[in-house]
Amino acid sequence: MSQATLAIRRISGHAGVAPGEGVERDYQVCKLVDTTTCIGCKACEVACLEWNGYEFSDTRFDNSYQTMPETTWKYWNLIKFNEHENSDGTISLLMRKDQCMHCADPGCLAACPADGAIVQYTNGIVDFQQQNCIGCGYCVSGCPFDIPKFNPATKKMFKCTLCVDRVSEGLEPACIKSCPTGCLHFGTKEDMKDLAETRATQLRDNFGFEKAGVYDPPGVGGTGVIYVLHDATNPEAYGGLPKDPHIPWVVRFWKGPAKWIGNLAMLGGIVGVTLHYLRFGPKQVDAEKHDDPTDEKGGRP
Amino acid sequence: MSTSQVISSRRSLGETGGRILRYTLSERVLHWLAAITYIYCLITGLAFWSPYFYWLATLVGGGPTARFWHPWFGLGFTLAVFWMYTIWRRDMQTTGADRRWSKAVKYYIENEDEKLPPIGRFNYGQKLFFWLMFYGVILLLISGVGLWYVESIPWSLRWLRYLAITVHVVAALATIGGFIIHVYMGTAMVRGGFTSIVRGEVTANWARTHHRLWYERVTKGAPADSESGRRL
Repeated sequence: MSQATLAIRRISGHAGVAPGEGVERDYQVCKLVDTTTCIGCKACEVACLEWNGYEFSDTRFDNSYQTMPETTWKYWNLIKFNEHENSDGTISLLMRKDQCMHCADPGCLAACPADGAIVQYTNGIVDFQQQNCIGCGYCVSGCPFDIPKFNPATKKMFKCTLCVDRVSEGLEPACIKSCPTGCLHFGTKEDMKDLAETRATQLRDNFGFEKAGVYDPPGVGGTGVIYVLHDATNPEAYGGLPKDPHIPWVVRFWKGPAKWIGNLAMLGGIVGVTLHYLRFGPKQVDAEKHDDPTDEKGGRP
Repeated sequence: MSTSQVISSRRSLGETGGRILRYTLSERVLHWLAAITYIYCLITGLAFWSPYFYWLATLVGGGPTARFWHPWFGLGFTLAVFWMYTIWRRDMQTTGADRRWSKAVKYYIENEDEKLPPIGRFNYGQKLFFWLMFYGVILLLISGVGLWYVESIPWSLRWLRYLAITVHVVAALATIGGFIIHVYMGTAMVRGGFTSIVRGEVTANWARTHHRLWYERVTKGAPADSESGRRL
């Protein structure tokens, strides 16, 4: 939910420049998830529920250690487990903390039609404002990570807030706070990228993970959650992390050129019929004219 | 209300003159059911379409209310159009007269109607509009259900989500184009048209001018295929 003290970078569905847009600068905040040191303890899942005030949801067994198949409107943080078969026949149990990625170029915000329902703060946090949300679900189509979820009771969309209420008070997100292995880090984007690259180099040089690298997809302008992966060439193995995520081109076109093509077409239609009226006028039928004898024959009741 | 009742009520009002029933009461009710549901979907749909139209949602109770009712009114419009299909589909088939008329449509546009070949109950433009709305509403219904239950479309089939957006937008814009022309012609351009869809009647002269084949059929005792066309 909103934190009035945070400055705004952009808001959804707003005609013209948003009030307060771009007047302040701030550090970009970032979560770093080091999948190579995650043990799948799910402390972050519990901390997320606890801080955000949700009850523990029913689990759903899906042939893995995963709590449930996908995040839900009241379960924003989910460790995705994958038993990945390596090329040499050995098995790696890959674990990735799945949540909103807080894209620099958020597809949800691009798709959203409701004024101010999605806000991107100057520190990069993308947050839903449920009081402005109309529950249309366009953000579901806009998101390249399948994150926004619908609460059918309140008809509002929900997702991870990056603990905007904690961050705005100078605290780290609840998930970070709870991590026992230190695989979760929080800080400025710059610092987290440095730390991630250092760790990836360590993995490549000292641990034999030649394809180790950092996941910070440029297709969405980089993300507010970055990963260190043992194999950065195959992010899909980590619970379906998309290789090259970007806002769907349909959504881009719909929210870009289609608007102006459609609006011009509608305006053209109105101008067209107005001009027709001015040039040719109405089709008048003279009601008094009875030049056809058939009319007189049986015309009156 | 049956046609005979319409006639007797006209009589009791003391109205005489060469009037013909063009739309039965049920046809008029159906038309306005479609009109109200379509206009609601148009207002709310435009609100969702562009931030510059979002204020339209305020007219119908705000964004969440508009979003809640839009699909239900859409279903209402779908039902109205499907019902129209059951009663008008034969009237809406293209005939040889329509083909001759459409070749001379320039005279219609330029209000030189005396140069036009005669046509039946509906002209070719009205028929095109009917089929535009009929096929449009089928596309809007299918894509609309996809947008309504977007989360039920699995991530692996997400192309369907994008297809639903595309189809809904294209079909909506196409029907808006037809709607603009329909409203203009029914109110400003063809005088007498609006009254006919409200009260059901046209003058004999109007019928003769705009729909001569229909006029001749209903006045010369040829069997009518619907209740419309009775002399009042």
